[in-house]
Amino acid sequence: MTLQEIITQLNLTVLTAPHPPARIKPTGGYASDLLSCVMAGAKPGNLWITIQSHINIVAIASLNDLAAIIITENSIPETAVLEKASQQGVTLLGSSENTYQMAGKLWELGIR
Amino acid sequence: MQTYRSELHVHTVLSPCAGVEMIPPLIVQTALKNGLRLLAVTDHNSSANARAVIEAARGTELSVLPGMELQTREEVHLLCLFDTLQQSEAWQKIVEAALPNLANKPDFFGEQFIVDATGDFLRREERLLLNSTRLTLAEAARHVTALGGLAIPAHVDRPANGLIPLLGLIPPGFAALEISRHLSPAAAREKFPQLREQVLIQNGDVHYQNDFLGTTRLRLEEPTIAEIRLALEGENGRSISIDNLLAQI
Repeated sequence: MTLQEIITQLNLTVLTAPHPPARIKPTGGYASDLLSCVMAGAKPGNLWITIQSHINIVAIASLNDLAAIIITENSIPETAVLEKASQQGVTLLGSSENTYQMAGKLWELGIR
Repeated sequence: MQTYRSELHVHTVLSPCAGVEMIPPLIVQTALKNGLRLLAVTDHNSSANARAVIEAARGTELSVLPGMELQTREEVHLLCLFDTLQQSEAWQKIVEAALPNLANKPDFFGEQFIVDATGDFLRREERLLLNSTRLTLAEAARHVTALGGLAIPAHVDRPANGLIPLLGLIPPGFAALEISRHLSPAAAREKFPQLREQVLIQNGDVHYQNDFLGTTRLRLEEPTIAEIRLALEGENGRSISIDNLLAQI
């Protein structure tokens, strides 16, 4: 399933999309708000679900070559974070749902 | 120039997790007994007991800075240190507006007492202080600096509310980072390579009388934020050094 299909089906807000979402196929998912855990645990191509919106999420996504970050509970990042994400080629998506709900829905879509 | 053995992270009975003995006269007495010359009062998300500790230390060899240990939106703990009560009270107003309005549950979290210089009860803080404010780390650091204060991420090595576990990488712009009592500066830099280029301070994160550490020595002309900044930068003969705890044992 492509990232574009996930965005459509889960009604995600596109905050930054430096790469066309139709060409990205997430390999799985990872959920944590502790960035040190994400650094160690998230695999390349994963979707990362978090409520953290600190600028370091961009660096972590770039470092681990993640497919995108889904920021939950409307925790919209500051403009500087969005700019940095666009520069670094990191896709940021937003949702009003919480991390538990988002992980469940991705699981149901077959992202496992 | 004088050397100030420093403890820039001290809680009082206002912090629900601190011991009941953390009242101003006992804090000052124990600090002096431990050879400290400089102390900062840093309760969780409040500076309401800073005045009382400053008053309790008046006429002694101990200088006291008003401060706070802020919990940011990212759940990072940030030491916010100031020169004057006017500054810390201005900061307090910003924090109060950003703190969720939840009632403290003393049976669960502990009591939050505001006291006078003798340690006598003035009132209870009814709002739960152990919570994240809505301020981001960057916003908080900007506000503190604009007020003339100094913002230092607290116990960056600790899994609970420490900058490194929470945010992985160290955001630029901090004059120093605090390491916990659990490791020496060398061990911290060994464990976290991100710390190699950073200026470190060490505090005991004092919640009980036995927690005073006093390993950080600041060489200053006078105990002010401007002088501490110079010491952290190693400018004009000001300096910072940290005693190796292991060497003391």
